[in-house]
Amino acid sequence: MSKYYVTQDVEQCIGCKACEVHCKTKNNSGEGAFFCKIMQVGPEMKNNLPVLDFVYMACFHCENPWCVDACPTGAMQRRDKDGIVFVDQTNCVGCKACMDACPWGVPQWDVETGKVDKCDLCMDRIDEGLEPACVSKCTTGCLSFGTPEQASDQKRQDFAERILSQKA
Amino acid sequence: MKESVYSICGMCAVRCPIRVEVEDGKVTWVEGNSNDSGMGTAICAKAAASIPFQYDDQRPQRPMIRDGARGSGKWKQVSWDEAYDYITDKLKTIIAEHGPKSIMLTDRGGPFADLRKAFMKAIGTPNYINHDCTCGRNANHACKSTYGMGRTGFAYDLKNANHIVLFGRNITESFKVKEVKGFLKGVKNGAHVTYVDPRVTNTAGKATRYWQNKPGTDYALLLGITNYIVANKLYDEKFVKKWCLGLAELKKFLKPYTPEWAAEETGITSDEIKAFCHEVDADRPKVIFHIGWLYSRYKDTFYASRMLNILNALMGNTEQTGGLIYPKTPKHADSSGLKSLSADIPDVKEPRCDSCDSDWDWYDNGAGMLQLAYDAIDTGKPYPVKAYFVHRHNPLIALPDPEEQKRILDKLDLLVSVDVNYSETSWYADIILPESTFLERDTILRTDKGPKPGFSMRRKCVEPFYDSKPGWQIYVDLAERLGKGEYMPYKSIEDIWKYQLQDTDVKIEDFSATGMVKLCDSPIGTSDDNIKFGTKSGKIEFVNKTWEDKGIESFKPYESPEAPPEGSYRLLFGRKGYQTHGQSTNNPVLSQLLGSNKLLIHTDEAKKLGISDGDTVTVSNGSKVGSIEAQVTDFIHPEAVFMLHGFGTDVPAQERAFGKGLADNAFMKGKLKDWDKAGGGLALNETFVTVKPAA
Ligand code: SF4
Ligand code: SF4
Ligand code: SF4
Repeated sequence: MSKYYVTQDVEQCIGCKACEVHCKTKNNSGEGAFFCKIMQVGPEMKNNLPVLDFVYMACFHCENPWCVDACPTGAMQRRDKDGIVFVDQTNCVGCKACMDACPWGVPQWDVETGKVDKCDLCMDRIDEGLEPACVSKCTTGCLSFGTPEQASDQKRQDFAERILSQKA
Repeated sequence: MKESVYSICGMCAVRCPIRVEVEDGKVTWVEGNSNDSGMGTAICAKAAASIPFQYDDQRPQRPMIRDGARGSGKWKQVSWDEAYDYITDKLKTIIAEHGPKSIMLTDRGGPFADLRKAFMKAIGTPNYINHDCTCGRNANHACKSTYGMGRTGFAYDLKNANHIVLFGRNITESFKVKEVKGFLKGVKNGAHVTYVDPRVTNTAGKATRYWQNKPGTDYALLLGITNYIVANKLYDEKFVKKWCLGLAELKKFLKPYTPEWAAEETGITSDEIKAFCHEVDADRPKVIFHIGWLYSRYKDTFYASRMLNILNALMGNTEQTGGLIYPKTPKHADSSGLKSLSADIPDVKEPRCDSCDSDWDWYDNGAGMLQLAYDAIDTGKPYPVKAYFVHRHNPLIALPDPEEQKRILDKLDLLVSVDVNYSETSWYADIILPESTFLERDTILRTDKGPKPGFSMRRKCVEPFYDSKPGWQIYVDLAERLGKGEYMPYKSIEDIWKYQLQDTDVKIEDFSATGMVKLCDSPIGTSDDNIKFGTKSGKIEFVNKTWEDKGIESFKPYESPEAPPEGSYRLLFGRKGYQTHGQSTNNPVLSQLLGSNKLLIHTDEAKKLGISDGDTVTVSNGSKVGSIEAQVTDFIHPEAVFMLHGFGTDVPAQERAFGKGLADNAFMKGKLKDWDKAGGGLALNETFVTVKPAA
């Protein structure tokens, strides 16, 4: 796990796919390649109500990334200072080993370059003190960028506030 | 060098405030303008997709004159001078024979329409019309007939509401960025959400109550609800006594429409209806009944919307936190407003071609009614209409029955399209004038109403990528060439801005810091002193005598919707949050999200017909036949089928979208003439189609 963590408040997500398009237009991923993707689950009926959720899926930036281990050229790598996993395009030979290795289908094929590319948490933006494109411009603000510690605090805070609003 | 420009989005008709980054003359980033706290940096998928659209070669790149039959797709590229000559030569002949009133224009309304209205007035025609017969006309007129003001006369305080009631208003998919954020705040704060729709949408997933009513029975459900609320005094008696006229008549009319009756009609049990009524009683006044936006659905939709307006009144939610709030105008901040570009142009004395100032004079004639203008083109009555400007509007997919529309359009001597897209309508035009995209053009100033009223500015962020012109320039140039330059004497956008601002203390420079100017420092709050209604009586009129005198009854007895014939289904349509009607289907990035549309059909019906999920099916209505992939689901009412709007284009220049899916409106045979006469909205859900497995 990199030092950073993107979390999603699923209850506030509307499945509008703005995050996908913010990512695509910022990172120019190839046709049909999505570094982050919204996966719909449901609808299904529970207690007389349709339940349908939209789950944000990007890269987990694993602590021991399968993709990096699988890469024969060293193109797929983990950035020392913060653990961001990214592809160095010059060294990628398009062998797709990382695509096979990643348990979540994260690395994306770029038909135009014949190489793999993936979410790098918009590290150029992070280095400028900004947030990744998807988080920064999510239509509803349901994505948050921070550290695992911050995310935990936020969850506790949200829970506490919900108790308060139920009392009001 | 990176530059930052504040502007206004133009990818859809919501027109959100944005901040744009430009590097070396190219747009690299579009985000929400965070100076507007309701926005933050948030922005939707469509806005981001404006960047690839900017550099897309599948949009009109220079003026084009038709070089074959209408719709043949044969074009001759010409210079702007040649284009203007072509148009003015034709117009001069038309004007000589039929007068300037034989020219009409349609657009999609909104805050920038003032320029087009001024152009029409300058050339001497009353026939400015917007798109609203396929959108909010019923809701607008329903509000007018009860509150005496238009639909936008109230803003909804969603974030503070206790209960939000949505009749088919798919607020999380047909969304406005600020509105959906307010809605979700309400949801987070624990608001009840009641959502009524024959189809489960993303919004149904956010609801605390979802009702799948039988298609076409919104009005029945509303009658049952109002009956119970009135009979059991579950309303704000003090407010109703003070502000509403016609409670006794309402009560009498509602008598037969009990919850038990409504249950039979709609499929929603009477217990559920009653429980809902008690819930809103406990939640009021912070209860919002959304009166509908694109509520051009059934032949009684005007009356459904009218009942929604009445329910708001019964909740006593006017100018209440968590209710319906008057959007404050510059006047509330003791300032003058923007001067209308039409203000100094002499009035046009001619009658309107759509008769919204005579035969149909309960309609709001500022917006007109396109289906009635079509009648005028077709019949030459009340007078011949021979030239039609379509400004970034696309009637051939927005209105029913494109075949019938084309038959009528063929009677025109001139059809001009001003567009950024190759729309179905521009493809059928005689000439296409490419307008610069919203990132490439300045626009006239707009007024922002709300707690802090003010003005905002759309700025050109980059030079036009192709040989296009901004809309203001096109209409100023045309007015000049038609000898009416004195009425639009602007040499630059700054001239226009200065004209608009002349009565205010605001300067053009004041916009550079944030793209907007606020006319007060702290928000103007709600106050009972603001309560005021535009009706003759000054009250909310459950019974509106003025409309009744014109033959529009205040309460319409209920008639059940027609049941679909055996093997047929009611055709419903809608959209996703990453679609702008038909404009986004060919976008280089958005087209990757949605390749095609599908036909949603209920599992039991599919089984009867021998259709499995993913099968190709044949859909037909009379002579219109098409094939499409079926999506079999439990989440649609068995009487209905559904398809996303905006697909099935017949324009080959839209290479990514061409030949993909079906266009719902093409199946709406005969529906150009079969609409809601009380409210003026087209009845876009009154079509039946048969569905069969593809041979
Ligand atoms: S691509 Fe897959 S394996 Fe590699 S870091 Fe991301 S989630 Fe882990
Ligand atoms: S932009 Fe935000 S709200 Fe929209 S789908 Fe992505 S995560 Fe959900
Ligand atoms: S809703 Fe999206 S496309 Fe429409 S104006 Fe707002 S940001 Fe632009």
